[in-house]
Amino acid sequence: MEHQKRGRQSFILQHTPVITAWASVAGKKEAEGPLAHTFDIKCRDTHFGQSTWEQAEKRMQQVALKKLIEKAALSEKDIDIVFSGDLLNQCIGSSFTLRNTGVPHLGLYGACSTMAESLLMASMAIGGGFADRVVAMTSSHFASSERQYRFPLGYGGQRTPTSQWTVTGSGAALVQNRGNGPMITACTVGTVTDLGIKDANNMGCAMAPAAYATIRAHFEDLKTGPEDFSLIVTGDLGQLGKEMLLELAKRDGISLGGKLADCGTLIFDNTIQDVHAGGSGCGCSAVTLCGYLLDQISSGKLKKILFCGTGALLSPTSTQQGLPIPGVCHGVCISGGNS
Amino acid sequence: MDYIKAFVVGGIFCLIGQILIDKTKLTPARILVSYVMIGVILSASGIYSRIAEFAGAGASVPLTGFGNTLAKGVKEAVQKDGFIGIFTGGLTATAGGIAAAIFAGLLASVLFKAKDKS
Repeated sequence: MEHQKRGRQSFILQHTPVITAWASVAGKKEAEGPLAHTFDIKCRDTHFGQSTWEQAEKRMQQVALKKLIEKAALSEKDIDIVFSGDLLNQCIGSSFTLRNTGVPHLGLYGACSTMAESLLMASMAIGGGFADRVVAMTSSHFASSERQYRFPLGYGGQRTPTSQWTVTGSGAALVQNRGNGPMITACTVGTVTDLGIKDANNMGCAMAPAAYATIRAHFEDLKTGPEDFSLIVTGDLGQLGKEMLLELAKRDGISLGGKLADCGTLIFDNTIQDVHAGGSGCGCSAVTLCGYLLDQISSGKLKKILFCGTGALLSPTSTQQGLPIPGVCHGVCISGGNS
Repeated sequence: MDYIKAFVVGGIFCLIGQILIDKTKLTPARILVSYVMIGVILSASGIYSRIAEFAGAGASVPLTGFGNTLAKGVKEAVQKDGFIGIFTGGLTATAGGIAAAIFAGLLASVLFKAKDKS
């Protein structure tokens, strides 16, 4: 096999993995947003018939995986590996989803970058010939995230103007070594970047430097630029983080204007949905990718995108101890398929 | 008139809290704790009893009122029991409020289920 590493932190995929199917599950608020028509399953009951928020999140992943397998006309035993992760302590949303299913599982923690991270790992597994059918999957739930990172909802805390709204949703993508669909042509593994932002309610700005570092690395490593992409889409920077990213790029003379979109600003209509700085969470980029974006690429409306999953790598303990919030961002280049 | 006074004074306390949430990086928990502390300080300096006299529930219901009760309790216990009152006074005076809050919390959690805000 030929050498596929490019530059400091990127690689290309000579035998391009194909995203042959994708599925998304979304909650009530997401289903009232502008991307509602792109979700496979919308559930008005944000408990998803379960007794706790954490169980509800697990249920969403189960439903997403089931829908994905159904869309691909496969069964669980056809899946070689599931790369998945979530925001709950010890990633129980993912592991409980897959318990007793007999499906091999590798758990990931990349905070809200998990969709990009799992897709990147899936492309490595497929591109390296280690598996034939791999699922990349993640989820987040507004209520379980509030409990995990801030306060349980029952506490009744107030939200600040810079806070973002964790998306209730789960997205899953099936990556195969052959087939029809959008192709993953290159990836950039992100670096952990920390500019010292400490406000857990302003994660968009904490992640923007990481997003910029990865986008710039992708351009340098692969000798490309914004002009080669139809869209550069970040995970969940929100309105404030997106502005900061544009500003960081402008300082280096890179103009991302017009090419840059953020899943956190796509998924909700901020003028009527009162989500403050936009959407966030693993589910934010997951349901936007495994619906709207892949649909657009599949139909040829988008030719080539750089999907940049952004994650804030804080823990409740690090926040309580007053430490700043490191960010990470993984880039996955997806181009129009051979269908 | 009492209602209006209570509304205006209580409202001002809450307005300050809202400004702190919107304009500073203080977490709600810190704002709440500082309200209790401010209540203690205003009580110790004799200002809070004057506010309470004017506004009634408008001053006693917000968290500053809790601080005021803590401070008053310590003062009275020190006069009665001496040094040990520093430790016993605050919680003795506020015991009713604390027990009621715990009971109300239990009742609410038994009767209702938290919903997300979507």
